[in-house]
Amino acid sequence: MKAKVYVTLKSGVLDPQGKAIHHSAELIGFDGISDIRQGKYFEIVLTNGTSEADARSQAEKLAAEILANPVIEDYRVEIVDG
Amino acid sequence: MKFGVVVFPGSNCDHDAYHVISKHVGQPVDFIWHKETDLSGFDALLIPGGFSYGDYLRAGALARFSPVMNAVKDFAAAGGYVFGICNGFQILCEAGLLPGALIRNSGLHFVCRHVNVRVETNDTPFTNQIEAGKVLSIPVAHAEGNYVCDDETLDSLEENSQVIFRYCDPDGEPTEAANPNGARSNIAGICNRDRNVLGMMPHPERACEELLGSNDGRGIFRSLTRTIETA
Repeated sequence: MKAKVYVTLKSGVLDPQGKAIHHSAELIGFDGISDIRQGKYFEIVLTNGTSEADARSQAEKLAAEILANPVIEDYRVEIVDG
Repeated sequence: MKFGVVVFPGSNCDHDAYHVISKHVGQPVDFIWHKETDLSGFDALLIPGGFSYGDYLRAGALARFSPVMNAVKDFAAAGGYVFGICNGFQILCEAGLLPGALIRNSGLHFVCRHVNVRVETNDTPFTNQIEAGKVLSIPVAHAEGNYVCDDETLDSLEENSQVIFRYCDPDGEPTEAANPNGARSNIAGICNRDRNVLGMMPHPERACEELLGSNDGRGIFRSLTRTIETA
């Protein structure tokens, strides 16, 4: 079982890297994009036999305590088989 | 009086801090490896600049989990003086010892130059020998120095005079042009509510010798020394 954790900057927190990527996209002709925000993605492989509920609670705790800084970031957890 | 310089894997301004304390402040100083858990005997701790843990995840994020950090928290809670510079400021924010966070510079570039900072108050253990309003020339060297916090935190910082340094022009005006990284409200350094923990992005330990372009950083170390002496 795997946990997928997506960490994104809170809305309102400036994302200069996203802005730079957006600028580059425009330079090569992407004209239909109004904004790009950069985030982080983590794959956490749980040990065999972990229940879905346990996987979720561990991943949520990990995200809250290490992966995301609650001052500037939000996170979202998905649990998938395999 | 004894100073400690906390060393994490990837700290690289630890020797600068040590040098300034031993040569210019003229006080005993020890390096403290990040696995240390006993901080008895120290009066003040410096959390130096650098790239602890390679800045992996977020600047300062992983240093917070080093064994020494629990001891640093206890030390601060007991009233000990903790002074984080650059990466040290980032670590103190990540560890929750100071409010807010430091994100990528608004201009995206690593900024490495002397900047002017205005001393907002001398009512701190770190600035009591400096005139409030004085403009100091101190170098910055960072890519993640853009201070952010929510409105509530900013209001509380202002109400409690916790903003200690602000980026400014040579006349002391905190203009947008004088802000090297986009920091909210031109904030260059803040302290905690109890005023014994200070974090700042500029490097006063690199501004203690005329030869290096400025000795304006000395006032900060002189203040801290005076505070400890008269305690």
